[in-house]
Amino acid sequence: MIEGQFSIEKYQTGNTKHKWDLKKLKLAHRIVFEYNYKRGKVQRGFTNRTLYINLTTKEIKEKNVTEEMKEKFTGGRGFGLKLLWDSIKPTTRWNSDENELVITTGPLCGTTQYPGSGKSLCLTVSPSTDIICDSNVGGFFGPYLKFAGFDALEIQGKAKHDVVIVIDGEKGKVLIETAPLEETNTHHLNEQLTRMYASEDTDSSRQKVSVVTSGKGAEHSYWGCLNFSFYDIRRKVPRVKQAGRGGLGTVLRDKKIKAIVTKVEKFDGISNNPADPITLAKIGTKLHREIIDLDRYQCNMRTVGTAHLVEIMDQYDLLPTENYRFGSFPKASKIYSTEFYKHFTKIIPDGCWHGCTMACSKTVDGFTIMTGPYKSQKVTVDGPEYETIACGANMSIWDPLWILEFNFYCDTYGLDTISTGTAIAFLMEMYEYGILNKERCDNIELCFGNSEAVLELLHRIAGGVDSEFIKIASKGIRRIKNWLIENGWGDPQLIEDCGMESKGLEYSEYVTKESLAMQGGYGLTLKGPQHDEAWLIFMDMVNNAIPTFKDKAEALHYFPMWRTWFGLNGLCKLPWNDIEPANNAETDEPTKVPEHIQNYVEYQKAMTGWNVTKEDLILQSERCYNWQRAMNVWMGRGRRKDDWIPYRSMGPVTEMEYLSRKDRYDKYILEKIGLSEKEIQKMNVNEKMKLLYNYRQDQYQKLADAVYFRRGWTPNGVPTPQKMKQLGMNDTKMLKFLQDEIDKDEKASLNVWGGKYSKGEKPPSINPKYWEKW
Amino acid sequence: MENPKTVKILKFHPEKCDGDLVCEKACSKVHFKSDEGGDKSAIRILKDGKSYKMLVCDHRGLCIDICPVGAIKRRDNGIVWLDKDICIGCQACVGFCPIGAMRKSDARIEPFKCISCGACVRACPYGALELVEVKIDQIKQIVYHKLGAMQ
Repeated sequence: MIEGQFSIEKYQTGNTKHKWDLKKLKLAHRIVFEYNYKRGKVQRGFTNRTLYINLTTKEIKEKNVTEEMKEKFTGGRGFGLKLLWDSIKPTTRWNSDENELVITTGPLCGTTQYPGSGKSLCLTVSPSTDIICDSNVGGFFGPYLKFAGFDALEIQGKAKHDVVIVIDGEKGKVLIETAPLEETNTHHLNEQLTRMYASEDTDSSRQKVSVVTSGKGAEHSYWGCLNFSFYDIRRKVPRVKQAGRGGLGTVLRDKKIKAIVTKVEKFDGISNNPADPITLAKIGTKLHREIIDLDRYQCNMRTVGTAHLVEIMDQYDLLPTENYRFGSFPKASKIYSTEFYKHFTKIIPDGCWHGCTMACSKTVDGFTIMTGPYKSQKVTVDGPEYETIACGANMSIWDPLWILEFNFYCDTYGLDTISTGTAIAFLMEMYEYGILNKERCDNIELCFGNSEAVLELLHRIAGGVDSEFIKIASKGIRRIKNWLIENGWGDPQLIEDCGMESKGLEYSEYVTKESLAMQGGYGLTLKGPQHDEAWLIFMDMVNNAIPTFKDKAEALHYFPMWRTWFGLNGLCKLPWNDIEPANNAETDEPTKVPEHIQNYVEYQKAMTGWNVTKEDLILQSERCYNWQRAMNVWMGRGRRKDDWIPYRSMGPVTEMEYLSRKDRYDKYILEKIGLSEKEIQKMNVNEKMKLLYNYRQDQYQKLADAVYFRRGWTPNGVPTPQKMKQLGMNDTKMLKFLQDEIDKDEKASLNVWGGKYSKGEKPPSINPKYWEKW
Repeated sequence: MENPKTVKILKFHPEKCDGDLVCEKACSKVHFKSDEGGDKSAIRILKDGKSYKMLVCDHRGLCIDICPVGAIKRRDNGIVWLDKDICIGCQACVGFCPIGAMRKSDARIEPFKCISCGACVRACPYGALELVEVKIDQIKQIVYHKLGAMQ
């Protein structure tokens, strides 16, 4: 421990120092094409321009942002959807030439007064799901992109050789340069480029550069993530945040982009030019005060970041363990946040954008790498966050140091820790059952708890695909399932039930077996099973606050819409409900945190000058949410069959799982399914499991019925033209397309409810074409 | 360079104060070239029953480690100084100051604070304010860091 209050120059991390020959690296660059632009002023949160780059045709242009575009798509993720709609085809796949990588900002992005206001939203057609995947990420890139002059960046086509895209907000220049000599892996590449493009050799100058990178792992897998940098003037390293889900890094590398660099000359607290900076500063300061007063009693984000969730999830049987078979484990206390607290560098500002006093971005500095190409070097590890630690639990790794090692290599190789961890956990379970073995896994002993094997797998993926196993394994659970089934290894039903993916994307790290609403929160989603749409487990399972299908459907309407709103504006969700006002519990709807919602109403008003209410915020989201679903339908997904979830997320797949929570499941059969104690006693485990299986599958379909109805969709999950019109989304091409699809569903008899309704039970509507009357 | 050992901070003698707020006006002159006082003053004199109390920075320096861009430092003369050219106006220091002495005026986005310039001391006709030299170790409020944790 050392005392604070000394100059930032004196901070030391103990990391290995590198001396790069930056001149040599830079001399090897060749400008492929370039573009000059006049940097405008940001007006009320918008630059009113987006930047389009085509790497195939070597074209760069600016596109105007119209008032209509703002009205319909708000900004951020909404703009991303609009730009993709204008550019891709329904047949576009992740590696199609016309696929785009879009990075957007949002009107509130870049604000420094309100915590959590530096998010970029990244969109592309995902290799995992074949539909649009959106990912919300911190770091300085988004704000700098805006201050450099653009609300969004749109990259189409592919380069011939590895390139770096430079958006120089200082000179008003966009450059596409070859970059043959730089490293590909993030922690080195980032440092090289940050130093290379900083205007001066000072920390404050380096802080005005942000770099987007991925890594070698992204080149060979579908788990590629984007690392967004934010230079830390105290630690003196470019730190990174990840746009993890859906293989965005895979698309980046497929386009032969090594990195995207943006830099700004200067910016201040009102670079967004808000309509009402005074109100903005007031609500921001109020939240800063709340955080300093209450965070330590609530989430303790400032001290341990999201790692505080590990112990809570373990205690509520929600921490995914051994591929989600269990929700808690005797060894779990070894990876509680208290264990990581010992390693974290603390107290100094750890926001991923300036002014975020939630400061959840913790690091372990001076970490000695144990394996692989960087063995024995000392580095800063960003995180681990809750999800990454829970991946440890899922792979049965209970050693914080190995979790740090996993975290570090995933980041630098550009791999999403969630997809990677969840997929490896599945491989491990298959290994345990003998469906996989050492031979089939190309000599990697992938049994639960084998940390060295996990790291070996990562190094092999990053090293290039050298065997059939590596090739398949790195493409994710959906492809692994197909491969196992095609080879006739193991029971196909077991394989389908155990592998935690939906729509082709791996699950994030929560056990949802006992929360039907949360099963919907993972399954009835746009991009796939990620908890960013709704997190309803406590509301549903612990507090039993949403008991009926109607209640659950309302929650699965409201919360996904509300949470979508953060992405439209360039915000982080955490300062909404990971800090709550002291009197929140006494309000009408504590789960919504009404005072903070009011903050956001004032915030958007103060930035844009729009006269909005809290209902308007939901409307903004509903437009984009429905639009994205409609685009899923347009791309051939987005139906009830695509909202399928594996049974492992609904209940016990194996006898061991049932027996490990026997009392709970017996009680469930007694109380919910309505069998008598005598009847239950007569049944063997398999019979009980089958009963539970059928019952819970039906519950999920009934939930889908209720949710589709609430959202204004057909019983097959298609947004109706009537609903779209109601929301003001009048694109005639889209409306006609939707009507045609609904007609096709009608012919195929798919416009029917999915649940089995017995006497006394009613589906959401008995009118077959209920939506036509809206 | 040696770290500074002492700092001059304001001391208030409420019994000599008659609430004219000349000090605030002098202060806003320094910070905003305006004699409005009030929100534009780093020193505030508030009614406290029949007497007065002073609200001003005591240079404990808790804000130094909060600033994301390193705009707040302790200068050679010991005072805690906010460099408004580096400041990016996030208000973290304003929200985190336990005594509300990091001030924000509607006139500009960057906060401001007492710099122990003595303008208020000179302005007060009753001698209710003085600058006294104190040891930094006695007033400093610190947080503890742990760096290079794995070493």
